[in-house]
Amino acid sequence: MLRYIARRLLLTVPLLVGISLISFLMMHMAPGGPIGAGTDLNPKATAESRARLKAYYGLDRPLHVQYGRWLGRMATLDFGDSFSPDGRPVAEKIKERIPITLTINVLSMGLIFLVAIPVGVYSAVRKGSLFDRISTVAVFTGFAIPTFWLALLMMILFGVKLGWLPISGISSLDHESLGAIGKLADRAHHLLLPVLLAGFGGLAGMSRYMRSNMLEVIRQDYVATARAKGLPERTVVFRHAMRNALLPVITILGLSVPDLLGGSVIFETIFAIPGMGQLFYQGVMSRDYPLIMGILTIGAFLTLLGNLLADVGYALADPRIRQG
Amino acid sequence: MSESPRWAVLSSIALSLLLAACGGGKPEGAGKGTPVSDVPAYGDAIVEGSIGDVSGFLTAVTTDASSHEAAGYVFNGLVRYDRNLKLEGELAESWEISPDGRKITFHLRKGVKWHDGLPFTSDDVMFTYRRMIDPRTPTAYGEDFKQVKHAAAPDPHTFVVEYARPFAPALASWGMHVLPKHLLENHPDISKSPLNKKPVGSGPYRFVEWKTGEKVVFDVSPDYFEGKPYIARVISRVIPDQATMFLELKSGGVDIMTLTPPQYVRQTETAEFRKSFNKFKYTASGYTYLGFRLSHPFFKDRRVRQAIAHAADKKALIDGVLLGMGQEATGPYKPGTWAFNPDVKKYPHDPGRAKAMLAEAGWKEKGGVLEKDGQPFEFTVLTNAGNDARSKTAAILQQNLAEVGIRMKIRTVEWAAFINEFIDKRKFDAVILGWNITPDPDQFDIWHSSKTGPKELNHVGFANSEVDRLLDEGRSTFDLEQRKKAYFRIQEILAEEQPYVFLYVPEALPVVHHRFRGIAPAPAGITYNFVKWYVPAALQKHKIQP
Repeated sequence: MLRYIARRLLLTVPLLVGISLISFLMMHMAPGGPIGAGTDLNPKATAESRARLKAYYGLDRPLHVQYGRWLGRMATLDFGDSFSPDGRPVAEKIKERIPITLTINVLSMGLIFLVAIPVGVYSAVRKGSLFDRISTVAVFTGFAIPTFWLALLMMILFGVKLGWLPISGISSLDHESLGAIGKLADRAHHLLLPVLLAGFGGLAGMSRYMRSNMLEVIRQDYVATARAKGLPERTVVFRHAMRNALLPVITILGLSVPDLLGGSVIFETIFAIPGMGQLFYQGVMSRDYPLIMGILTIGAFLTLLGNLLADVGYALADPRIRQG
Repeated sequence: MSESPRWAVLSSIALSLLLAACGGGKPEGAGKGTPVSDVPAYGDAIVEGSIGDVSGFLTAVTTDASSHEAAGYVFNGLVRYDRNLKLEGELAESWEISPDGRKITFHLRKGVKWHDGLPFTSDDVMFTYRRMIDPRTPTAYGEDFKQVKHAAAPDPHTFVVEYARPFAPALASWGMHVLPKHLLENHPDISKSPLNKKPVGSGPYRFVEWKTGEKVVFDVSPDYFEGKPYIARVISRVIPDQATMFLELKSGGVDIMTLTPPQYVRQTETAEFRKSFNKFKYTASGYTYLGFRLSHPFFKDRRVRQAIAHAADKKALIDGVLLGMGQEATGPYKPGTWAFNPDVKKYPHDPGRAKAMLAEAGWKEKGGVLEKDGQPFEFTVLTNAGNDARSKTAAILQQNLAEVGIRMKIRTVEWAAFINEFIDKRKFDAVILGWNITPDPDQFDIWHSSKTGPKELNHVGFANSEVDRLLDEGRSTFDLEQRKKAYFRIQEILAEEQPYVFLYVPEALPVVHHRFRGIAPAPAGITYNFVKWYVPAALQKHKIQP
């Protein structure tokens, strides 16, 4: 097993280089460039100032040299400095965005698992029942409703009409003056709506997945055997069927690892949350190459890591799979 | 110049005017709260809604509106635009221009201190000038400063610049924020200096904190040279979504923002809203146009361009796109300003006349579409994606042109691709775009026949020797009457030639919470006198310890 893990880890290095090369080329093939935002249609920007800016950012060098420089820096885990006017290190920009995105994603994912698994299991056990039909409609409604629209409705209801919840942002203006518990409560107050909405939108996938897994398992011979033994239905469902139906969830968990740091642009924009989604979007729109590459590389690494964790976890949990 | 304040050479207050400006607006539905003694009082905080985050505080190296607005609280320029969009002294008390127009002598204010207590002197101005022309400074605004032939600081309160020839727009370039030498001289690249993140300036407010993506906070600078501002704290919150920001406004999370036309016209006409907020309306400093590639075989003919101007229903555009919150554009200047010529040729909506003019130009109708030499009158108009107003404009124009037998197709392209692949390569038939209108009327870069190269701004390829001469004349004298004459004539020619069909000038629609008093709308907008705004003691919402 350890050798397997070591081999997989080693393989990620060439994969990462390949992914970064493709990302780098695609990024440079896109029209426009980092200096366009400030100089396009700007009468004060002359050809000379454009050339000067290009040289400043090293964009006058051939592509392979630029990529080589980037790769060289990455080898020492240096993400470089952002091309935006503040010129701050990319690593710092990403680091300050991670906590909020991670918090929201972990909470909403936890909410999804907490609600979707019981709903899925119950729907499968009582397939065709009123509960099954209602929950199906409910989760698909959540899936189908445009989040931004629902978010605005919720803001109007809870923020403007009732005044119970803050509308946007992640902290009150007096946040700094609050005590530790006050700060936590303030943050929770702000995150309630975003987390609930993100969870609502994600219920459909997970609960339907759980439901079909469960239906699959319930048809298995061993479940019939358990029933034939005269075990109570509870034991059959929870001990024998559900545990097996949960196995594929490990894969889902693994595949969700990169999502933990990936924020949704629309969501973050609506709620004015300074997370990873907005950072990446702004980076792309202003062609901030080091920032784009930094986020893409982290995403690629987490995807590969998630896949590895899923495979390992699956192997550990499922006795039918054993690595040589 | 189109999407953000590209001519960023002015101090903040002037800059925010570029966004919200002009036209003798008056408050609508002035606050009718409980009567309070309307006496200026110190204290309270104002929360602004901002679509974008700050990207840095040194305006020499930033180009976006949010950064320039925020920096304006902390820094000053030598000059700025006053309430009537005329230049006045800021850090310079006064200035003289030599008779030959080549030398400007600035007399600096005495007793001005940087926020860290050190005095401001002509050394700082000299330092700023040197950094603007330094190749290590990643600035897009170096050009104006490179025109300077010689700069000198003969004493701590005098700064003299000499130009090779008189250049009127140069004066406004001294609205560039003056930087504190003592804090920057050890940083060869100012964009990487700590001051770009934690500014120390001479302006009405001191920087307190910047939480990226969240907010920027400023506290009042008690010894500001124009007197201590009343409002104790300014908080600029980043709220990227216009609808969310509006809800924040209604729930008290934001005190000042700019409304969209639907918000202004339809969503704020309630008694409750009028009680809590004052709405304002001014002519914005910008216009939208339909520009033709003048080398295109269809559009070479002036009669065709004039016919299209008659076919375009500007009234319908203003009603449909702006819900009436705008006025018809007749040229590239802002109505009501000194350079604006109100008496140019107009093109009232008249499809019959348009058809007749097109027929005169050889276009005959065949099956509902005009044809000439077997070629149907069909072209594509390009505009940038993500600009709702421009897409709607295109759709209405399409309808207008169909009425006279012209088939116009619409294509929207992402901004960077739009500029690089189409505008710069002159690969378009016609475009719908907009320009900001700067307080200085010099538009050499847009209309001069020498400015048609790649990346240059005369992308329609307009060439007129008289306009070329007048543009030169207008920028090489400081005499207002002489300049006015030149720019009036330019507008006559542009109106006749119609290289663009000038479509509309929108209104800027700011809204402010009613507890703020002292707002005096002027051609320059409302924020030019921000330091004089106040909240009467009884109405103060935030208790701030100074």
